Amino acid sequence: MSVQIEIPNSPRKQRVTNWEKYGWLYMRISGPLLIVLIFTHVFVNLFTGEGIKQIDFAFVAGKWADPFWQWWDVSMLWLALIHGTLGMRTIINDYTEKPKLRTSLVGTLWSVSGALILLGTLVVFTFDPCPATADPNLLPSFCEAIASN
Amino acid sequence: MSEVKEIAEIPSFTVTLSIRRFDPEKSEEASWEEFQVEMHSTDRVLDALHKIKWEQDGSLTFRRSCAHGVCGSDAVRINGRNRLACKTLIKDLDINSTITVEPIKGLPVEKDLVVDMNPFYQAYKDINPFLLANDKPEKERLQSPEDRARYDDTTKCILCAACTTSCPVFWTDGQYFGPAAIVNAHRFIFDSRDEQADLRLDILNDKEGVWRCRTTFNCTEACPRGIEVTKAIAEVKQAILRGKP
Repeated sequence: MSVQIEIPNSPRKQRVTNWEKYGWLYMRISGPLLIVLIFTHVFVNLFTGEGIKQIDFAFVAGKWADPFWQWWDVSMLWLALIHGTLGMRTIINDYTEKPKLRTSLVGTLWSVSGALILLGTLVVFTFDPCPATADPNLLPSFCEAIASN
Repeated sequence: MSEVKEIAEIPSFTVTLSIRRFDPEKSEEASWEEFQVEMHSTDRVLDALHKIKWEQDGSLTFRRSCAHGVCGSDAVRINGRNRLACKTLIKDLDINSTITVEPIKGLPVEKDLVVDMNPFYQAYKDINPFLLANDKPEKERLQSPEDRARYDDTTKCILCAACTTSCPVFWTDGQYFGPAAIVNAHRFIFDSRDEQADLRLDILNDKEGVWRCRTTFNCTEACPRGIEVTKAIAEVKQAILRGKP
């Protein structure tokens, strides 16, 4: 007589896609990228030219007049904020036990992060390096040429 | 004769053990209790626990079965580190200060050093810890030594829970599968005779799966069998990314 053995586990249902894998991958890819972006940023700002003394409005305005540095800084902003938000999300998930509190904290975190990304991007791309009412001594050198035209 | 006797004598010393006691019938709070025992340099922490139970306080509760590092019953937290009481020689610890012994963390304590292992076993069951193959086993399933070596390390697991209960992620809410379940999934995922690696990879590609691992290496340090647990978890992560073992 053969023995009928029950199927030990019911067939597994396909779940909805979860983003954990992509979050993990994002952390691994953005990490090395951020090291390059941030250390180059620090080197260019603090070690080249006149070093730390060169940093003023004119210096920043001069950099943001160049699309290369605009994209550089925006990349840093997006990568770092999303990287940091994912890290904070991990901490929230670790330390909150109540599902509602967890959802609201993670929701707040992404909202704040989203607002910062939006505002930061807006500032970098709409930045006016030569405001009309500012003291000309504080502005980048190319403002004079623009003003005389 | 006296000379021979002196040589044969095993040196002994007194050690103080501070044991985390918990009896739900007496108090809702756990507390530390100190015991002094005379031990030899060949004795293990399990011998000290036995000595306390047999000679000082019969109510001291702990699990042990084989007492030789094979069954994995007596994983406890000794001086803040998860170890098997039967594999830890007292002389290897700092005998000049108190030795602390407490239950492994992250699982509900039932009494003294005994914890409820069911959540741990549930995670183990969830990864289908058995060979899954479609064909009927009419003849033996052959495997090359190279294919066998692929998962050799993870066959050594004795399910003592030392790794899982040393994991800070498991301590948080106990929802994480935990290193032991992943190690045992690894044992079948990389087994050339098994045909359901995809299923196990899908199970571990979960919200509470391998992605919660923070590579703190606590599990690797805790494993009394010397399994490279964190490496095994990393290999499962790589397999999920590849989509195959």
